[in-house]
Amino acid sequence: MTALFEVHGLTRVYTTGRRSVVALEDVSLTVEPGQRLGIVGESGSGKSTLVRLMAGLDRPTSGTVHFGGRPVSGVPERQLGFLRASVQFVFQDPRSSLNPRMRVGDVVAEPLRSPLVRRELGALDQRRRVAEVLDAVGLPADAASRYPHEFSGGQRQRIAIARALAPSPQVLIADEAVSALDVSVRAHVLNLLMALVDDLGLTLLFVSHDLAVVRHVCPDAVVLQGGRIVERGPTQRLFTAPEHPYTARLVAAIPTFRARS
Amino acid sequence: MKRAELWIGLVLVAGVVALALLSFVWTPFNPTGVGSAPRLAPPGWPHVLGTDHMGIDTFSRILVGARSALYVGIIAVGIAALVGVPLGILAAWLPRWGAEGMMRAVDVAYAFPALLLAILLAGVFGASTETAMLAIGIATIPAFIRVTRAGALSVLASDYVLAARASGTPVPVIAVRHVLPNIAHLVGVQASVSFAMAILAEAALSYLGLGTPPTVPSWGRMLGDAQTYLFSHPGQAVWPGLAIAGAVLGFNLVGDGLRDFLDPKLQEVS
Repeated sequence: MTALFEVHGLTRVYTTGRRSVVALEDVSLTVEPGQRLGIVGESGSGKSTLVRLMAGLDRPTSGTVHFGGRPVSGVPERQLGFLRASVQFVFQDPRSSLNPRMRVGDVVAEPLRSPLVRRELGALDQRRRVAEVLDAVGLPADAASRYPHEFSGGQRQRIAIARALAPSPQVLIADEAVSALDVSVRAHVLNLLMALVDDLGLTLLFVSHDLAVVRHVCPDAVVLQGGRIVERGPTQRLFTAPEHPYTARLVAAIPTFRARS
Repeated sequence: MKRAELWIGLVLVAGVVALALLSFVWTPFNPTGVGSAPRLAPPGWPHVLGTDHMGIDTFSRILVGARSALYVGIIAVGIAALVGVPLGILAAWLPRWGAEGMMRAVDVAYAFPALLLAILLAGVFGASTETAMLAIGIATIPAFIRVTRAGALSVLASDYVLAARASGTPVPVIAVRHVLPNIAHLVGVQASVSFAMAILAEAALSYLGLGTPPTVPSWGRMLGDAQTYLFSHPGQAVWPGLAIAGAVLGFNLVGDGLRDFLDPKLQEVS
């Protein structure tokens, strides 16, 4: 089986004036179809930079990204149709990932209206597709005609998931997708996400600072620190026998609860 | 408290609009022709606000003057918004070096006095209402570019724009679908503040003889005419002065009120 994503020697340096910051340094990894890969690290470790480069939303300073054997980096936008239809995002905060002035139906239909995605998918009944995905994430059918602010945080994240599923992607990138939610709704949204990934056979890139959540979701993970991959392997092993001191620190940082005697 | 400001502003603006609309269907006397009325008459009857140095009814001129003020304001702000908003969005989208160059040019344009531009244009095209509107409009463009760019930058940094880009939504579509609706309130506030400045600028230009021609009633020109008689008949300057002050105050209050009303910090966050 060929790899879905092949990332080789990816480096991204941001330059502001005379200062330059290395956000990502010489990162290589492969993602197999159907894999669930956790990308773990503290804020500023380069997690978001990595997935943005993989989705062709930013240009790497050096290194390459291939998706399905085709190059992503350095390719003009109009030739990225194969990627735009196949890779979709769910972001951290549904308050800022949903345009407050658009109806939910239009938010969810937006990927279907993109000329690149339309070229990939062919003719499609947009309304029916919107109704399908809203139903799939457990939102009422009349949600399409309402505005995002009429929904709770958990429901808004369901809207964001529905939007990501609309073009029937192969890959879902969840960038801290449950971190901003209340603990009470976090489990619901996480379970929904996992059920959908299972049902639709999606490949999942799960970006999180929270190793406990990653263990729950992903069999494998890479650990990023300061823009470099410091450790990778089965999540269970990262937990029980971390090799890198940074991983050990992340594991130790997970709050544990013991019954008080 | 802030609500009250907005309401006072709206009442003043509505008053100016009402005067202008009324002037289309009714003025007590001919606002341009010289009549047989006494010159420089004090307020009374039948000339409720008196007459000017040509014996023309002041109230009639105030009514028609509201029309000139609004006309100039609408066209000047329209020019500034139609040019400034797209340029502002462009400046937000450009890479850093391009945006820097553009904003420095905006700074230079901002520093260039509107009055000087008006004098320049009046010299080239002759003094007219249109020249004044054009000059005021061009001079207001930098303000719109700045406000639009600031708003557009924050919208473009949002995750919903990133999501749109992840689906390959074209840049012009993002500008219309995401950026414009989310900066409309900022542009609206800027428009009402600029409207007040345009009315003031028109009055100033007409006062200097660079705007509305003498035959067309304009508050600024009335003020200029009154200046000659300021010591003998100080009442002449009161009415156009009040009209200008009221209109400018009204639009400024509406702008301020809108800004506070639409301030996201005061909005419910759930």
